[in-house]
Amino acid sequence: MSVRVGKTAAAPSFPVAAKAALKNSQLRHNVHHATDVIRDKRALRVEEMPDWQALRGAAAAIKAHTLRHLDRYLVEFERNCTRAGGQVHWARDADEANAIAIRLIRGYSGEGPAEVIKVKTMTSDEVQMNAALEAAGITPYETDLADMIVQMGDDEPSHIVVPALHKNRREVRDLFREKMGRPELSDNPEDLTHAARTYLRDRFLNVRIGIGGANFAVAETGAVCVVESEGNGRMCVTLPEVLITLVGIEKVVPRFADLEVFLQLLPRSATGERMNPYNSLWTGVQAGDGPRIFHVILLDNGRTKMMADAMERETLQCIRCGACLNACPVYRETGGHAYGSIYSGPIGAILSPQLQGLEHSRSLPYASTLCGACYEVCPVKINIPEILIHLRGREVREDQRSLRALTSENLAMQAAALAFTSQRRYEAAQRLARMGQRLFQRGDELVKLPGMAGGWTKYRDLRAIPAQSFRDWWKQRGATPPTTTTTTTNTTGSEDA
Amino acid sequence: MSEQTPAQPSARDEILARIRTALGAGLPAELTSQKPTPEAAYRRTGQLNRVAVLDLFVDRLKDYDAEVLQVGDERGLAGALGDALNGARELCAVVAEGFPEAWLPMGFEFLRDGGLSGLLSIAALDSAQAVVTTCAVAIASTGTIVLVHGGTQGRRAATLLPDHHICLVRRGQVLELVPEALERLKADDPAPITTISGPSATSDIEMTRIRGVHGPRRLTVVLYGPAELEPVS
Repeated sequence: MSVRVGKTAAAPSFPVAAKAALKNSQLRHNVHHATDVIRDKRALRVEEMPDWQALRGAAAAIKAHTLRHLDRYLVEFERNCTRAGGQVHWARDADEANAIAIRLIRGYSGEGPAEVIKVKTMTSDEVQMNAALEAAGITPYETDLADMIVQMGDDEPSHIVVPALHKNRREVRDLFREKMGRPELSDNPEDLTHAARTYLRDRFLNVRIGIGGANFAVAETGAVCVVESEGNGRMCVTLPEVLITLVGIEKVVPRFADLEVFLQLLPRSATGERMNPYNSLWTGVQAGDGPRIFHVILLDNGRTKMMADAMERETLQCIRCGACLNACPVYRETGGHAYGSIYSGPIGAILSPQLQGLEHSRSLPYASTLCGACYEVCPVKINIPEILIHLRGREVREDQRSLRALTSENLAMQAAALAFTSQRRYEAAQRLARMGQRLFQRGDELVKLPGMAGGWTKYRDLRAIPAQSFRDWWKQRGATPPTTTTTTTNTTGSEDA
Repeated sequence: MSEQTPAQPSARDEILARIRTALGAGLPAELTSQKPTPEAAYRRTGQLNRVAVLDLFVDRLKDYDAEVLQVGDERGLAGALGDALNGARELCAVVAEGFPEAWLPMGFEFLRDGGLSGLLSIAALDSAQAVVTTCAVAIASTGTIVLVHGGTQGRRAATLLPDHHICLVRRGQVLELVPEALERLKADDPAPITTISGPSATSDIEMTRIRGVHGPRRLTVVLYGPAELEPVS
């Protein structure tokens, strides 16, 4: 099995990549500006909904229920989509999904050079479909403006909803001038948008195969729903003769009526709009309207691994709105590329390691301050901070069964665990630390601690351990300290009363 | 499945087996309910009176850069359509076969799509300047029109390629909330659905909202008919 999430396995760890990103002031300016704008708009549009919390609750309940019965709903979707003239395929992993897509495209276009138009789908980025298509001699054209910017610049998406938010207008202008051969283009966003319209129009009208994703797949009817703004989605699902839709298995919802919840939550959370300009819903194939042939590829790629544990399964409730990215104080400083995954920000920090296995993105569960802003804005109430802590714990437990148990961090933590579980050992450690800290003490502060602890003092203040602990002071004044059976629990507050 | 070989389980069987194995392990009882959704605690019925609903609809349409024209009843439609086309300096528009002749103004060329005249080519749709359709329902709180494609609501390509979409909306079709509108659509109708909120737009470059990308760059909504909500058909 080859579960892949973009190029995550080859990416540097988050702290290394983040350090480089923090030095790029242009990038930080671009990310700050974009996330500020979306956050403000979202806040405004959520504020005007008196039943926002009830909608969040309903969405979380529908998603939790669906995942609990996912086998049933997937089979129901397959049956209804097939009955309406669609053809359903199943892919265990990225390679299988790409192989199915390539086999289908070759079946319709023959062996010569082939072209496909694509509508923004993170799932296709996840399986790196464009690279697979190109290797097979098939040219994919991304049609979402931001995706086109990313594709032309041989770049990676840095945001789930606005993948090119790390680029400003001048950078886009330079890219378009070069790749479209239009040296006269200005950096006015309106001109750049119209250049994209002109560039893609012929392709929309002439390319015979479309590839897209889905925001929702309705089990009850076999319908598929694409949520978008530019109209490129409508073009891609309407004009080609053949349409191939790649859908993560978690995107299924039980009933058509469930859309009344998600179509309220998604646009307000994602772009701060009351409703996005276009939602397209279609069921199989329709005589005289749209593609004659419709294929759906249902993708696992690691999703089923997350289903046994109730907390990990919650991650699959995500509807890819990106609100947690815009709210995250870490994402807002580093941008998306530092996460080394096409799924960045808080949701990426829990999704990528679980899809791909913790060993490929060990640093991601730590790429958070656990402030909880992501949970607060999540329209499907995924408790991201709790899942981050759960994953940190899982990683440590996995390490302790491997050679990593011998790292200085793990040994130090084991020693701390020993010290904290006995009053005698704790007080001995305290005495030892009081002697040792003199080397690093400047006034009341500890500076430039050696080894691992240096990571803390490099960026943060750390008070030195005071000469006398509260317990020592209490003993000295002749009173009896309050002893309980768990005597060690209150000794950490040893500074003063 | 064609990717199945006799010796190995198909991808379908394997994925379903993985799900069943995963879910089999010790789940809390409250999640095993067969009921798809809890009792909705969110708003499913609007509170505004008809006048307020229609005012809200117009306000939300304008907020999304749609143009709004209001006429009393059907007799005003031809005049309003003429104004909408003239305002955009357009001469040629697409309508679906079966679109009432009486609603079309004189002095413009109307291309019929479908029926005995056959479907217009993609090139013909692309060169038409406008398209005129009706809609299935509309949503005031989000400024949305909903097309259930077919009949006078047109097929999808016809409502997408011309640069100006003019949509005729009966006042009685406008509902306040998203759930009220979706409830009026029949889940078992296989006709494609498009919901439209303003002209196509993007904010992909520095979050500057640009109106008009690949979909129609102009959206005009013509409101007509009595304000009373129409009964569910």
